[in-house]
Amino acid sequence: MLPFLLTAIFAFSIWLVLTAGTGDIGLWSAPELAAGVALSLVTAGITRTFLCRSRNFRMANPARWLLMCLYILGPFFLEVTRANLDVAYRVITGRIRPGIIRVSSDLKTDLGIFMLANSITLTPGTITVDIDEATHDLYVHKIHLPPGEEKRETFQDSDLFSLANLPAWIRRIAE
Amino acid sequence: MIGEALTYTFLVIGTAFNTLGIIGLLRFPDVYTRMHATTKMTTFGTTFTALSVVVYAAVMFLGGNSVMFPSLALHTIIAALVLAFTNAIGSHALARGVHKSGCLPEPSVVDRLEGVLP
Repeated sequence: MLPFLLTAIFAFSIWLVLTAGTGDIGLWSAPELAAGVALSLVTAGITRTFLCRSRNFRMANPARWLLMCLYILGPFFLEVTRANLDVAYRVITGRIRPGIIRVSSDLKTDLGIFMLANSITLTPGTITVDIDEATHDLYVHKIHLPPGEEKRETFQDSDLFSLANLPAWIRRIAE
Repeated sequence: MIGEALTYTFLVIGTAFNTLGIIGLLRFPDVYTRMHATTKMTTFGTTFTALSVVVYAAVMFLGGNSVMFPSLALHTIIAALVLAFTNAIGSHALARGVHKSGCLPEPSVVDRLEGVLP
């Protein structure tokens, strides 16, 4: 029952954002609200097993969502900007030393490893190519390895980011 | 007008990064490095063009124009978020598929994934 309700509330809040400004009950009109309730109940009925598969409701805590917004606007955006300038420099000069490295991570949960993999991929200069499902190790394609670094067997996840410790943030949000 | 200036600044930054992404597509040697340029730099550039739309909508709304503009801004923010997510997942799937089908990074100094993927 709880997965169903949480999925319904999640779907309905996305509907509210998408239809804001259509009427005068708050920001919404009555037909839009009715359609939203009906559709989010149907959606929750179909997809309730996907969103809460791990039977762990820690992400229902709004503080975690607030922290995620802060994470995207603050350290993550800073890191993406630095990496974009770095790749822009490499586009212009053509100085690259690409290679695929193995990165080990202390994150345990599926959501945590998902957020880390996406953060690595969205930071230019690094793409997550594959994930070892058993050990949660990531295989990362890096556009520029400093000379000598290719000898290292594994990297720690925080070595990939220079300005902020993104894995620590992700641990606070998702675990 | 500070709002207008911000709109144009974000637009210029976004277009500049998108252009650099395309130049990277033409200059880089193999599929992985090209993916660095096209998927991520264009996401960053498009986020900035979206930001300029948001600033534009805010300026128009504060100037007393139609109530349509807040919803325009909201939809643009959602579009940028969805773009960021699908771009990350899509480029991950592409990179894995490329490596699996036997196209190894060339040039590369190290490939720890070689022999690990079945």
